[in-house]
Parts: sequence; structure tokens; C-alpha cells
Amino acid sequence: MGRMRFWGSATMLKGATFGLAMAAGVLLAQSGAEAAPKTAVTVGMAVEPSGLDPTIAAPVAIGQVTWQNIFEGLTTIDRAGKVQPQLAESWQISPDGKTYTFKLRQGVKFHNGVAFDSSVAKFSIDRARGADSVNPQKRYFASIDTIETPDAATLVLKLKQPAGSLLYWLGWPSSVIVEPKSAADNKTTPVGTGPFKFVAWAKGSKVDLAKNADYWNKSVSVKLDTAAFRFIGDPQAQAAALKAGDVDAFPEFGAPELIKSFEGDKKLATVIGNTELKVVAGMNNTRKPFSDRRVRQALMMAVDRATVVEGAWSGYGTPIGSHYTPNDRGYKDLTGVYPFDAAKAKALLTEAGYPNGFTFTMKAPQMAYAQRSSQILQAMFAEIGVTMKIETTEFPAKWVADVLKAADYDMTIVAHAEPMDIDIYARDPYYFNYKNPAFNDILAKVEATSDAAEQEKLYGEAQTILAHDVPSLFLFVMPKLGVWDAKVKGLWENEPIPSNVLTDVSWAE
Amino acid sequence: MISILIRRILSLIVTLLIVSLLIFVIMDLLPGDPAAIMLGTSASPETLAALRSQLGLDQPLPVRYLAWLAGVFRGDLGQSYTYGVPVAGLIAERLAVTLPLALMAIVLSVLIAIPLGVQAARKHNGVFDFVAGFFSYVSIAVPAFWVGLLLIIAFSSMLGWMPAGGFPGWNAGLFAGLQALLMPAVALALPQAGVLTRVARTALLEVMNEDFVRTARAKGLSDGVAIWRHAVPNAALPVVTMLGLQFTFLIAGAVLVENVFNLPGLGRLAYQALSQRDIIVMQDVVLFFSGLVIVMNFLVDLAYLAIDPRLRANAQ
Repeated sequence: MGRMRFWGSATMLKGATFGLAMAAGVLLAQSGAEAAPKTAVTVGMAVEPSGLDPTIAAPVAIGQVTWQNIFEGLTTIDRAGKVQPQLAESWQISPDGKTYTFKLRQGVKFHNGVAFDSSVAKFSIDRARGADSVNPQKRYFASIDTIETPDAATLVLKLKQPAGSLLYWLGWPSSVIVEPKSAADNKTTPVGTGPFKFVAWAKGSKVDLAKNADYWNKSVSVKLDTAAFRFIGDPQAQAAALKAGDVDAFPEFGAPELIKSFEGDKKLATVIGNTELKVVAGMNNTRKPFSDRRVRQALMMAVDRATVVEGAWSGYGTPIGSHYTPNDRGYKDLTGVYPFDAAKAKALLTEAGYPNGFTFTMKAPQMAYAQRSSQILQAMFAEIGVTMKIETTEFPAKWVADVLKAADYDMTIVAHAEPMDIDIYARDPYYFNYKNPAFNDILAKVEATSDAAEQEKLYGEAQTILAHDVPSLFLFVMPKLGVWDAKVKGLWENEPIPSNVLTDVSWAE
Repeated sequence: MISILIRRILSLIVTLLIVSLLIFVIMDLLPGDPAAIMLGTSASPETLAALRSQLGLDQPLPVRYLAWLAGVFRGDLGQSYTYGVPVAGLIAERLAVTLPLALMAIVLSVLIAIPLGVQAARKHNGVFDFVAGFFSYVSIAVPAFWVGLLLIIAFSSMLGWMPAGGFPGWNAGLFAGLQALLMPAVALALPQAGVLTRVARTALLEVMNEDFVRTARAKGLSDGVAIWRHAVPNAALPVVTMLGLQFTFLIAGAVLVENVFNLPGLGRLAYQALSQRDIIVMQDVVLFFSGLVIVMNFLVDLAYLAIDPRLRANAQ
């Protein structure tokens, strides 16, 4: 359509400086080819992945291009965030929770023709847990002691101690199955078992995929012949690309303040869902005055979360009271533990020995959500006599160096992207410097059981401890602002794990 | 003559070496570790150490610098930390966007500025001069990326005539490529055209009062012919000097416009490399820019020879 309409302007520009006659030829050839029903989709993303191998680098953009499209895992995670079998057909867990026996799917081939079997699965897991592994989630494989392959279709994982989340972790982008011949080159030319094959990567611009005609899973019918991911960082440019029809979908549109501008557009559908992005203002729990729990609680009560969501993200987003999202199993709404109450906050601050407040520095990354949230927090803290200075800290480079690695900060604000990462409060070292043996015990118990109901109960207890202890100011979960052509069907509304799964995507007539 | 050339080339090499050393040290002093950025918020110190040794980041600074330098002399610009591919290829891919973009912008700004400047000088202090002056001041004052946004709103969002950004690649056809570059080139060209109009007008005004222009008029040439044939070539020197300065500025300054139009050009590459602390890519891009400035200066010198017969006589 865009090209067709340009024809009018091209005639008007006749006599301009470059060769129109030849241009017209190209133009007609192109518009003629667009008559057939659509089997191609162009998906916009804000961030270009750095490399295309999710098993060797952390940026979520890598998984958002490759996970479930190119690469698959032993298990997978569905739209609802539930674990489902994938390259492992089924599994058995021994009563002591220390032996996992997987029955592997037969007849699966990688895009380069190599067959999937137990030796390939063993190779993948060994690669992720080995001494020179650079897997960003290597810790999730730490419980594995030995791997056995009694036959081509059976994989046995023997664990050092029970790991109740293992099946979930095996579904992650960082746990996908790769094969020995192509593994080293997956960074630039990924080879997996998924419904789409990698075609080309024009760096700085887009990644092209094409349907895998030999896809093993005959129970799904992949409607798309080709798919492209285009990378557009600037929100204004994202909006323009959507309106001009240059991209068909922006599953994670970058600017909530521009969402309203799509409302009048009948061609586009706006779908607001959930993500796993928890926006929290982490505090240095060993540094005064944040080492005093009452100070942290007082600061939490000084915050009106609804106003933060309104000001930082145009009212889209769900307030949270702990490091957990409504997507996650066993979620409890704990925003009522320390609700907004400036008078109580001031009283508690006086009790903690700061009747006249105090002054500290917020190291805020340059991203819009962090800057805006910081400014709102600054105003709210001022109400209870606390002065917050905002120091913009370049993300990721300087933030990773200063805050994450050196923990040299008072307070910071960042969206944590990893799903179900409440365990970061049990890690040592970690930038919160939060140390609570009771909390660590509960998370250890989660891993000790594989009973889902028991795990949910324990996750509830863990959330409650954090809500009361306030190691971070828990603010809100970012929404998934999906904007796409109203005829595009099958994209995920929510994002229980950062992804853009294209398997079920199609065009309505 | 040859010894002058050799001395000049030697001084260029020394300049490049100093520039590259400065960049390497500055990038190293900047907080931020490329390995930590790649591994994100969950990596253990042990994983980090493994990646650092894979990338060679555990080597001391002088070793890394010399290894890079030795590579450059062999024609190997090294591997990007983040993309994992040779940097030479990355730069070549990006140059295929930025170079045509800068050339288009230069051509456009000349096509706008020279007629405007000449006409303004001819109608000195008239209405046209005033209008042209107004145009150049406005176009100098308005930032290129803002012009870009306006163009997108008008021609992509509202009229739907042009793609809103992005680059289809040259294999999508010459027309598609030029179409994608047209609006960014206009955005880049306008401020340059503003400057160039002023330079052209001033240079021409000076020349127009010279005796030889009056003589040309006196021997019966029309006003227009006298100006285009005799005055304009003599006013070309300052204009060419300005163009040379502008070209290097355009290549480097395209970063904002490339961001607005989402073009995969050199400016975006440099910007990405800086935020990811991809030191090797930064290093190579800066070296490339420095080399480009030097080559452009050389070309401008050659252009002087072509334009000015007096210089040609001296050179012989």
C-alpha cells in the first residue's frame, strides 16, 4: 500500500534529480508481487539483539527473536507461563527429587539436517554448565551432578540436591538445545529445531526468518512463510512505522504516552497485557540509613504507587507490593502492607531517629521510566522531609559497573526482566546487600519440593517477607503495550517470559 | 615535492596513532565492562571471568592495544565483542548507507545553496536577498533531527508517500534505497544549505565588485552570463572549502538523523558500540573517521588545483 500511494507523489516529483523512469519500473514490479494473500509479517522491536545465541549472552532481545522461533528447549513455557513438554515428550521425577528421566522426542531434525537425540541434549546442557560456559543463567544448571544417556531417546539428569524449578528453568531461552557442529556459530547464524529457520541478519536493521518446512511438530500449522524482526529504537519512529504500515506489529511498544494516538486508527489494534518487568527502587541495605528497616518502610509509605504509574507510564502498569507479578504462580497482592500514608511515614521516620529527614542520592538510569519515576519519588520523599538527589547513571555500562558490580549506591531504580527472579534477594553478593536467613530458607524449600501447590505456598511466604522488609521499594509491573495490525492474529497478549513467539501468527481475511 | 608528500604522510600516520591511543585509553577509563553488559544481571563472577578471558579482556591494556594495532597493519580490524563478526564487514555494511546519504545531502545542499546564494548576491539587499537570508538563518537554527521528525509526520504518517524510516538494503533495488535515503538527506542538507547559501552569497558579492566582472559586462556579456562564467568560478574557492568541512561533518553528524530515521549507518554503529562498550568497534570507527577527514582535506586541496589556475602554475 505504501508503495502504491507513493506513485502519486513520484509523478509530482517528476524532474527531480534522480532517475524516475527506472524507478517506475522497479515500482511496478514490486506492487504486482503483492497481490497474493499475506504470509509474511514484520515485527518491530525497540532493541537489536547483540548476537543471536541466547545461551551465551543475557540481553532479552536475543530470546525475543530466537526463542521458540528458531530454538526450542527440552521444555517450554506457554502463553500462561506454564511449563509444557517440547523436545522432551515426558519425564519422570524420582521420589527424592534428585533424578529426572526424560523421554526425548524422536524424528526431530535441526535446520542443518542433524538429528536430535540424547547425545545432543547432553552436549547442550554440558555446554551450559561447563567450566568455560558463559551462559548467563549458568547458576540454574549448578544442581546437576551427572548426565546419563542410556539410549538415544532417554536423558537422565542426576542432581546433587532437589531443584524444584528445574523443569521451568529448562524452558528458558538460555536453556535451548543446540547441536555440536553449529553451536559455535549460533551467535551469527543460529541453527535450531524450531518452526522458523534463520535466513539473514542485516545488522542495525533487521533479522529475516523463513518457515521450516520440515518442522517436527505436525500438530501446529505454521501459517507464515517468512517473518522479519525490524529494530527501531526511537518511539516516534516506532509510531511512524506502525502508522505507515512499515511494520505489522510492535508487541512491546516503547512509549505509553503515544498509545492514545493509535486509538482513532481502525487499522491498528492496541492490546495491553502483562510483562515480567518489575520496576523496583533497590536500596543499599547495608548502608545507613537504609540499613534500618523502619527507614525503608517509611519510604515505602511515602510512595503513592498509583501516582508513580500515572506519571511514569501514563497510567499503564500494575502496582506491586513485592518482587512478584500477577503472571507468576502463587502471586499475592501485597500493595496493602505499606500503603501510601505520608503522616505514618513521617512518624516512622521520627521513630527511626530521622525527625528532620535525611539526604541521599538516587542513581537513575537514563531510560524514560526510570527518570520519570525518580522525579515523582523525589517529590513524594520531599513531602516527608527526605531529600533525594538524582544522578543519571548510564545504563547498562555505568549502572552495571557502579550498582550491580560494586554496589556503590544509596538507591537506584531499574526494571528487572527475568521472570520469577524473587531469588535475587537471596543471592550473595547482589546489589541490594539484603541478607535474611529466614528468606533464604524459604527459597531453599521451594527447590527441595517438586509439589506445585507447596511451591506456590512457599512463594507466597517469600513475597510476604519482602513486602514487610522492603529491601526495595516495590513500584509496578510494566505493561506489555502491544500495537499491531488488526488483521494480525496469534501474537501473545501477555509475556510470561520475554519472547515474540510466531508459531501461531497468521493474517485474518 | 616528493619529500613534502612523504613528510605529510608520516605526520598523518603519527596523528592517527595518537588518536587511536587516546581513544583506547579513554574507552578503557570509561566505567563499564563489555563482558558484564553482555551477561546481564544474573551472571556469577565465575561466568564473567570466563567471558572476559574469551574476549581477551583479561589482558593488560598495552597488550590489547598492541594486538589491535598489529591487526590493523595486517588489514584485520578485529572482531566486535557484541556482534561477534569482523569489524571491517560491519563498517563496510554501514558505509553503504552513510556514504550515499552524505553524498545525497551534499548534492542537495549544493543544488539549493548555489542558485540561492548567487541570486541573493545579484539582488543584493532586495526582497529575494532578504527571503534567502531568512531561509538560511531558519535552516541553520533548526536542528536536522527535528526537520526529520517533521518530514516523517508530513510525508509518512499523514500523506503516506514515504517509508517512515529504516533501510531496505541496496538489494531491494536502487529506487527503494534512494527513496529510504531521500527524507534523511533533505533533513541533513537543509542546515548545510543554509550555511552554504551565506558563504556563496558573500564570496560572490566580493568578486562581483572586481574589475574583471565589470570588464566582462562592458564587453557586452549579459548580466547572467558574466556572473555564471566569470564571477561564480572565482567565488568557488571558499565554497569548496566549506563543502570539504561539511562533508566530514555530515558523516559524523548523521548519527542523530540516522536514529530518527532508523537507518543502519555508521553513526548508529558508533552510538551502539559506545553504549555497549564495544571498544574494538569504537576504535575502528574513530580511526576510520580520522582517516576520512584527512582524505577529504587532501581532496579539497586537489579541488583547489582544479579550480584555481594560479595554484596549478605554482605547483608546476
